[in-house]
Amino acid sequence: MSRTAQNRRTLRADTITLAHGAGGKAMRDLIDDVFVTGFDNDHLAALEDQARFELSELNAMGTRLAMTTDSYVVDPLFFPGGDIGKLAVTGTVNDLAVGGAKPLYLSCGMIIEEGLPVEDLKRIVTSMKATADAAGVAIVTGDTKVVHKGSTDKLFINTTGIGVIPSHINIAAHRAQPGDIILINGFVGDHGAAIVDARGEMALENTIDSDCQTLNELIDVMLKVCPDIKCMRDATRGGIATVLNEFAESSNVGITLSESGLPVRSEVRGMCEILGLDPLYLANEGKVVAVVPSNQADTLLNAMQKHPAGEHSAIIGQVVAKPGGRVILQTEFGGERIVDMLVGEQLPRIC
Amino acid sequence: MKYVDEFRDPKKAKSLIEEIHSLKCKLEFDHGKPLQLMEFCGGHTHTIFRYGIEQMLPDWIELVHGPGCPVCVLPMGRVDDCIALAERPNVIFTTFGDAMRVPGSKKSLLQAKAEGADIRMTYSPLDALDLARKNPGREVIFFGLGFETTMPGTALTVLQAEVENIENFSLFCNHITTVPTIKAVLDSPDMQIDGFLAPGHVSMVVGEKPFEFVAQSYNKPIVVTGFEPLDILQSIWMVLKQIADKRCEVENQYARIVHKTGNTPGLDAISKVFELREFFEWRGLGSIDHSGVKMRDQYTRFDAERKFSVPNLKIADPKSCQCGEVLKGVIRPWECKVFGTTCNPETPMGALMVSSEGACAAYYNFGNLSELLSKRNNRQEESIA
Repeated sequence: MSRTAQNRRTLRADTITLAHGAGGKAMRDLIDDVFVTGFDNDHLAALEDQARFELSELNAMGTRLAMTTDSYVVDPLFFPGGDIGKLAVTGTVNDLAVGGAKPLYLSCGMIIEEGLPVEDLKRIVTSMKATADAAGVAIVTGDTKVVHKGSTDKLFINTTGIGVIPSHINIAAHRAQPGDIILINGFVGDHGAAIVDARGEMALENTIDSDCQTLNELIDVMLKVCPDIKCMRDATRGGIATVLNEFAESSNVGITLSESGLPVRSEVRGMCEILGLDPLYLANEGKVVAVVPSNQADTLLNAMQKHPAGEHSAIIGQVVAKPGGRVILQTEFGGERIVDMLVGEQLPRIC
Repeated sequence: MKYVDEFRDPKKAKSLIEEIHSLKCKLEFDHGKPLQLMEFCGGHTHTIFRYGIEQMLPDWIELVHGPGCPVCVLPMGRVDDCIALAERPNVIFTTFGDAMRVPGSKKSLLQAKAEGADIRMTYSPLDALDLARKNPGREVIFFGLGFETTMPGTALTVLQAEVENIENFSLFCNHITTVPTIKAVLDSPDMQIDGFLAPGHVSMVVGEKPFEFVAQSYNKPIVVTGFEPLDILQSIWMVLKQIADKRCEVENQYARIVHKTGNTPGLDAISKVFELREFFEWRGLGSIDHSGVKMRDQYTRFDAERKFSVPNLKIADPKSCQCGEVLKGVIRPWECKVFGTTCNPETPMGALMVSSEGACAAYYNFGNLSELLSKRNNRQEESIA
């Protein structure tokens, strides 16, 4: 039975309890009132066990289907510049977009710890819907589990996304060649710094906003200007250091980065100075790193800077032949150092 | 960024490097062996690697990365004690972040946390005291670690706990002292160091005087050094200048922070709460007399070591580790038999691979690993032949 706005059930509870995941009436109330109403699309309102798509529509958009999945476990759930819901949409949309795919549909699996305020859940769903709308994707199927207190941390979200890649696009981490140029669409490390800040342990005076944003529109512009983008990834956990190491390793090339060209906000730099962290390894949630042929770099940079998601775009380095598989930072001070993959997690230094 | 960029100016760096080069002709040294300068402090080691200072220096200068990384030199037995305390029922164990990864004989604090111990990362001992206020039904133990730099903060926290009569707060004291350790390095028979960069933040607390013995008794130049890359370069130049002028004295490059007599309220707090231990065990260097502090008897009720029983077992360093030789400058980190193979930052065997400030971890993370390993293997083959 399709759920029209008129015959939807209402959730009267203030907090989520185990009953909301037990498959009975309480669960139907939750699904109707929070998810079907919140995500608001025909696919979901049909309340079948799966969403269905016309192949002919997908076919018209490209030749390859792209699929990706990611789980989101951020603490706190709400932070300056975003929340777990926004993150769950942007992250998966971005993972599709950096492969050159047009993102279309998302699933949403939620694992909720009993006791979560319904108001928080509704706020998160509203945020997911707004982010999905802005990115032009729909959340078309989902799943809800409620677990005992302590079995999870308030709320975990998994989203899976599908999109379609046009035939002429060929983006892969192994395609970087000596001479290519590396660009990024703005400041690095904002999300990681925002989360440290939002946990309140540092009592910093400044508020740092997460860079959490969808990139598909910007990438669309980038691919129009430069269809031969060779490598492209969004730099999330592990920061841009990790992405660049992946490119260097897959393409068996060296990458040189120039510290002076690296866009880092002064608030983020300040926090890193205090804690002994390195912005190269801090997480981002709205940053794309692209490797492009050198003769197209300036045109691409101009186009990126005109888009709101790329206003602070910059050229940060270039691909060289040797040493293969290595990323080398030319420090502003005049020295050089190797930027390796992170071992474990970054821990603040004692003194 | 204000107060930071001024100390990282590449133009000034270039002219300092030129000044250093131009000192060579004034120096009398055996040109078969580079001049060895030791930076004692792990913070300096970090700066040297982070800014690529080693490659900027002429090849007749070799930097030896000393034992001044408190996380690195923590013996395994003490880590085991931490874990035993953290695993006690009803305990919240608080620690600085980079101590979490240090391996004990069976596991690290990170692993103990994963297994269920309530271990929390704090940025200051006052955070731990605050946790104790908020959790009156639980024992909050702070893992006090570091040289004289972090000692005043811990001491003042204990004094505050006393004022507020916070009974559920205690300190597991592992603070260590700088001077006996430098002395141990200087007394070592295979020591070849020509000059020292003294730790800036330790000096901020203790002043310049405690380092005078280095110049007076051992005839080595020593310069109190700040932590920005230009600080390091300037101090290297100052040490070389002393050698060129045939002077041996304590000079203070870090005068913007370090006062000649140190920080009196900080020193007062230290001596009120702590007294010297007879000896303290170091990873890589073994036992050094008077190189650690413990809490005075009147603070017994805040002393986790006496409040709870800790196993206090001595665990020997793995035999294959050559940390001691690296710390004294006898071999370079990559010349160690296990460097980069069985000993690496993911599974560190020796002290110096543990923290990002340890010399071996710095070489591993910031150096060209494959090049270093092949250099080592070539040397080994040469010595066999």
